Amino acid sequence: MNRASISRLAFVVLAIVLLFPLLSQADDLRSAMLANPCAGCHGPDGDSPGSIPALNNLSAKYISISMKAFKSDQRSGTIMNRIAKGYSDEEIDLMAQYFEDVKKRR
Amino acid sequence: MRNLSRRQILQWIGASSLIGGLGFPFTGFAKTGARIVVLGGGFGGATCAKYLRRFDSSLQVTLIEQNTQFITCPFSNAVIGGLHNMEFITHKYDKLKSKSGINIINASAVGVDPVGKKVNLHNGESISYDRLVVSPGIDFQWDAIEGYDATASEVMPHAWKAGSQTVLLRKQLEAMPNGGTVIIAPPENPFRCPPGPYERASLIAHYLQQNKPKSKLLILDSKDKFSKQTLFQDAWDSFYRDIVEWVPAMDGGKITAVDVKNKTVIAAGEKHKADVINIIPPQKAGNIAHQAGLTNDKGWCPVDQKTFRSTQQKDIYVIGDASIAGKMPKSGYSANSQGKVCAAELVAELQGKTVGVSSWVNTCYSLITPDYGISVAAVYRLSEEGIVGVKDAGGVGPREVPVATRRKEAMYAEGWYRSITSDMFG
Repeated sequence: MNRASISRLAFVVLAIVLLFPLLSQADDLRSAMLANPCAGCHGPDGDSPGSIPALNNLSAKYISISMKAFKSDQRSGTIMNRIAKGYSDEEIDLMAQYFEDVKKRR
Repeated sequence: MRNLSRRQILQWIGASSLIGGLGFPFTGFAKTGARIVVLGGGFGGATCAKYLRRFDSSLQVTLIEQNTQFITCPFSNAVIGGLHNMEFITHKYDKLKSKSGINIINASAVGVDPVGKKVNLHNGESISYDRLVVSPGIDFQWDAIEGYDATASEVMPHAWKAGSQTVLLRKQLEAMPNGGTVIIAPPENPFRCPPGPYERASLIAHYLQQNKPKSKLLILDSKDKFSKQTLFQDAWDSFYRDIVEWVPAMDGGKITAVDVKNKTVIAAGEKHKADVINIIPPQKAGNIAHQAGLTNDKGWCPVDQKTFRSTQQKDIYVIGDASIAGKMPKSGYSANSQGKVCAAELVAELQGKTVGVSSWVNTCYSLITPDYGISVAAVYRLSEEGIVGVKDAGGVGPREVPVATRRKEAMYAEGWYRSITSDMFG
């Protein structure tokens, strides 16, 4: 490896390090835009004041497994079977992480 | 990796900072300090104002609302049916001010000047804006049913804007005799809250059954079908077979005139007399939208389907019932969902950026009895045909379900109400 390629590699590594948080911010917005409509039933940021289950006290893993089970009708709910079918598995994971992260953002 | 040039990498960084700028729901948008005025503090406007400040806390957001408190149409049917009081559906704006930092002006807007970019108030003041969000809800087409105007609505209430009209309809029901008749007359599509008239019929029937069991309720409909129809009709068969009768337009249900003095309506040439008459007249976008040049020849506001920016006036967005939002129904949940998308798009637009994903939801519960609820839901995405429901998702609930499911949906109806009002005003 010559000097030029080392410096090139260093530049690439630096670029990735710089890029990463920016890319994950873009994911944050996507997650938020997917998760925001949930608030209509589950309360702002999943903080439900009434009879509908809150989401901000659940793990991403639990939300994700539940949503996928609703989506495939392995778990039966009232309305969630119909709602869950509106999202890809990847989107479900993003939303699940969003609600797990609510507390970190405060 | 070897093949990447520095130039390419720099381009990447540039491109992703553009996206990265949109990162926060929370703080990632750059601060622009722009002046945003939101007209109308209902499900669309209150939500949008709150989420604008979440996306960019430097924005100067002013909410102009004529009433000092907001009375929701959702759950007003429960007030009419005697299950809740007015206090339950009345909300204050104080937390939007203290927690979200929104400037609240309680005044009515008499005009918008899209060129001078200001809103004129009834007291002669004007409020300048960089961007305007218009969320005025609906007004009525008073000329559509002969004899039915604002004065007539003091005798035959519409109760389709919640408040004194809600109380009036409730009082009329309390005053009517056992063995009397109630008429509900829903309009043609499109109108605010498509399942609303049928939930109202259900909860009035519930009240009559408990208190005035010899009474009848006649739905004189201007349509031949309606939202959640199968579930409503199944439930009426089970609970209110001797009380509720639905007459579709094709069987003479369409009302053409009212005779206020004789408490009579005319549908397909036939006269129907009743003790309580609830006319839900045809609707249009709120008056201020017409004045501002935001409406089309049908009386509603065309908007860009991704951003909710008006296609007719610059720097103005329209959300909620007044807007034409593809396949989304005119509902509080739709308006709430649109308010958030509009807030993100507006903040992005101020920075010359775009939001990558567009996603909306509508969920609507209707009560048949205090313990029996039904629902419809949809997830909406942007397509070439505008906003459409995701295929194979959403829809009304199944016809055959355990009674426990209906009980749960009745409970969730109230849970929904507490959550969405907390999202708007909390």
